[in-house]
Amino acid sequence: MKNCEYQQIDPRALSASPLSAQNPAEKKVQRPRRKWEAFPGKNRFFCDGRLILARQNGVLPLTLGLIVVTSGLFFAFDCPFLVEHLTVCIPMIGGVLFLFVVASLLRTSFTDPGILPRATADEAADIERQIDTSGSSTYRPPPRTKEILINQQVVKLKYCFTCKMFRPPRTSHCSLCDNCVERFDHHCPWVGNCVGKRNYRYFYSFIISLSFLTSFIFGCVITHITLRSQAGKGIVQAIQESPARYPLYSLCFHTYLVASNLTTNEDIKGSWSGKRGAEESGNPYTYSNIITNCCVTLCGPMPPSLIDRRGFLPPDEAIPAAARLRSLPGPECPHVAVWLLAPPTLCVPLRQPPDLQFQSFD
Amino acid sequence: MLCCFTVFIFCPTQFHNLQELRHSASLANKVFIQRDYSEGTTCRFQTKFPSELESRIELTLFEETVKTLNNFYAEAEKIGGQSYLEGCLACATAYLIFLCMETRYEKVLKKIAKYIQEQNEKIYAPRGLLITDPIERGMRVIEISIYEDRGSSGSSSGSSSVSGSTAR
Repeated sequence: MKNCEYQQIDPRALSASPLSAQNPAEKKVQRPRRKWEAFPGKNRFFCDGRLILARQNGVLPLTLGLIVVTSGLFFAFDCPFLVEHLTVCIPMIGGVLFLFVVASLLRTSFTDPGILPRATADEAADIERQIDTSGSSTYRPPPRTKEILINQQVVKLKYCFTCKMFRPPRTSHCSLCDNCVERFDHHCPWVGNCVGKRNYRYFYSFIISLSFLTSFIFGCVITHITLRSQAGKGIVQAIQESPARYPLYSLCFHTYLVASNLTTNEDIKGSWSGKRGAEESGNPYTYSNIITNCCVTLCGPMPPSLIDRRGFLPPDEAIPAAARLRSLPGPECPHVAVWLLAPPTLCVPLRQPPDLQFQSFD
Repeated sequence: MLCCFTVFIFCPTQFHNLQELRHSASLANKVFIQRDYSEGTTCRFQTKFPSELESRIELTLFEETVKTLNNFYAEAEKIGGQSYLEGCLACATAYLIFLCMETRYEKVLKKIAKYIQEQNEKIYAPRGLLITDPIERGMRVIEISIYEDRGSSGSSSGSSSVSGSTAR
């Protein structure tokens, strides 16, 4: 190793104020912008980046409305009668369940599902270089895929053209949100967000508590009607025909997924169901124990958000990038347009990435 | 062209201003240590020594850094009594407890940030290298920036490091 040829970088010397090197005139014009303001995905942010929602938030207002209206009618009309004839615990239990449902729903909707930030230009160029140089073997796998071994099982990683990276295992790109989401389950229009690694447990508690709430409300309603009229169907038959069966079906399906450590995406595609000929393709992520699978999925450590919504953009990138993002009329994500317009730059060696970001905007 | 470097090197939170960095050293290259998925989706990085670093740092130091980081991440993602307790407590409080409590993962991430800063100050910066915290790159890669001393590169000060490095 060479000695004494490199000047030591003093990290502490670099911790000067971000605005100190700028023109004093510019300092007044630019306010520090947060990263969420330049986020490339199709998301909406509230409370200065603390809350995130899909731009296509589907029927979330309808979901909330249905829950609130149904519960409101229950508290207004059934509870007084049942408190008088049965017990005061009924509205208390109903209240707790209602709060739990709403909290879980809001938590699912406004939590980052596990969005992966897009690759920086340097990283993307490095990956491109590796793809170009790795094609010398006799067997050429399909372009833009990479095969890796996970627990002695071959798994294919696909290249995401939007995010410019090989997607980690179990990650999928949501076309509605235009983001790669880790452990992608599905995009749920009812909650107005993707369901992924970071909010699956909230989604599961939402459907479990919703099932309990709807069953509880329906049971109380049937009891109310029965007590009033001393007639009507048996309670079991009533529940079987009740609207509560829909959240119950969803709950049963997701309980199966949790117990087998699968995502909806993998289940629908049949990724691990052994449909691919004679190949051994069990789920490499399962712990082969239902209890462990449940515990890991629902009670495992809470992973952090990777998109740093409330971090500040560097001052000299903030205004130009944001202004350009807003001024581009066409695609939702201007970065896609950049890469599409400048294909020759994809093949340049790593040492020239600075040109990629700025030249293409001109 | 020079202003473009700031796009890629702003990741560590304390390195806001790179003007001073450019005066003393210029970015020559970046090496990306990829994730190792052989044991599943838990966060682990490959310990394979990149060829670009062979002339800059000893193998043992590099391996120790990556292995320590892997151990930190394993500790953060460990599934055991403590994580179950945290999960169940969070569930019982409708996850409102996270508003006032830091998760175990976040605590370990702080330890990691401190460790990386320490490593940069003691080991990597003296060798003209800089490690970027993987959290700044979506936990996909450990980015190691390689700097060349501009004074010894022989290039004109106005040119980019590209021409400086290719002139060697």
